[in-house]
Amino acid sequence: MAASRPATPDQAAFLEELLKHHVLVATGVQGVYGKGDRFEAVRLGFDALLTRVAADHGAAERLRFPPLVPRRLLEDTGYLSSFPHLAGAVFSFEGTESDAAIQHERASAHQDWSEFQQMTDLVLTPAACYPVYPAIAARGRLAPGGILIDTGASWVFRHEPSGDPARMQTFQMHELVRIGDPEPVLAWRDEWAQRGLELLRGLGLDADLDNASDPFFGRQGRMLAASQREQALKIELLVQIAGPEPTAVASFNYHRDHFAGTHGVELADGATAHTACLGFGNERVTLALLRTHGFELERWPTEVRSQLWPA
Amino acid sequence: MSERMHAEIRRVLRDHARLPVDPDTLDDSADLFQAGMTSHASVNVMLALEDAFDVEFPDRMLKRSVFESVDGIAGALRELEVEAV
Repeated sequence: MAASRPATPDQAAFLEELLKHHVLVATGVQGVYGKGDRFEAVRLGFDALLTRVAADHGAAERLRFPPLVPRRLLEDTGYLSSFPHLAGAVFSFEGTESDAAIQHERASAHQDWSEFQQMTDLVLTPAACYPVYPAIAARGRLAPGGILIDTGASWVFRHEPSGDPARMQTFQMHELVRIGDPEPVLAWRDEWAQRGLELLRGLGLDADLDNASDPFFGRQGRMLAASQREQALKIELLVQIAGPEPTAVASFNYHRDHFAGTHGVELADGATAHTACLGFGNERVTLALLRTHGFELERWPTEVRSQLWPA
Repeated sequence: MSERMHAEIRRVLRDHARLPVDPDTLDDSADLFQAGMTSHASVNVMLALEDAFDVEFPDRMLKRSVFESVDGIAGALRELEVEAV
């Protein structure tokens, strides 16, 4: 079992408030919550707002995937090298009737029943954009100008149990994915970082952009993280949710040819495409709004309400 | 500085850098990332160098610039007092 990150006092107090007001619902596992009516009203309002803003800035094609992807996809992209600690694989029972009986007996006593479980062809989706690249590659070469994909709010999984309500193990990430020539792809990423900043500030959030890196695993991960920072490949949008550090609620990522090279996404002329994605963590944006404006949604500023819930 | 060290660095690059060109055609000062080495390949180079020279790069050296050329790698190894292979 992964070690749980303990909550800071501020995080623990905020979680207690969220549970007391039925904004979140405890499940007994850290980082996995049910969502109450108020939470979902805010989340759906923000997600729809993001969809409208995206539609105003380029014709995005909707492409939706389930919260599971083929195990092969994770293996091909090197995820298990970069993030072995975050991955979740689906296992399922294989065995005889007597195996099933022993498994049930052990499970009923909450003992270890893992020996009857075999790895399946599925893993939990680690990021909303992962299944997009092979799907686009399968269409053949891109049209001139490339493509823009809107994944919608997609369930993703990260195995990092924590007492911080803003660090969930499974959450909804709304991504936009831009695939094309290097220069317009990078320019798109940079424009969206600014647009994201304005979007959140327009909702009354005290947001800032910062150069960032992914939580790569181990010593080799420190090198990948340093390299990512040196090349300014990842920009995060940070908001104070529960202290002491601000929380990243969105990120804007330039992958160069990493994903396109892996999956064979080609430009119109046959060269390897470049890709960028941006992802808004629906739950984190929702928590940031609740922390900033309070739990009484009807008392939120009119200019915020009118954007989240237009008449 | 040691020819053998440079030869061993080039062997590691041939085996692990996944360059589209033969490392022996590049100058000692040539930028390996410009030559096509990816970040992920540079990590494999780092680990292979540790094996080959029996060293452990400290955190301060785990960055792109240290591994961007044969000279850069040799400089880091000398700093770690690797004398010869």
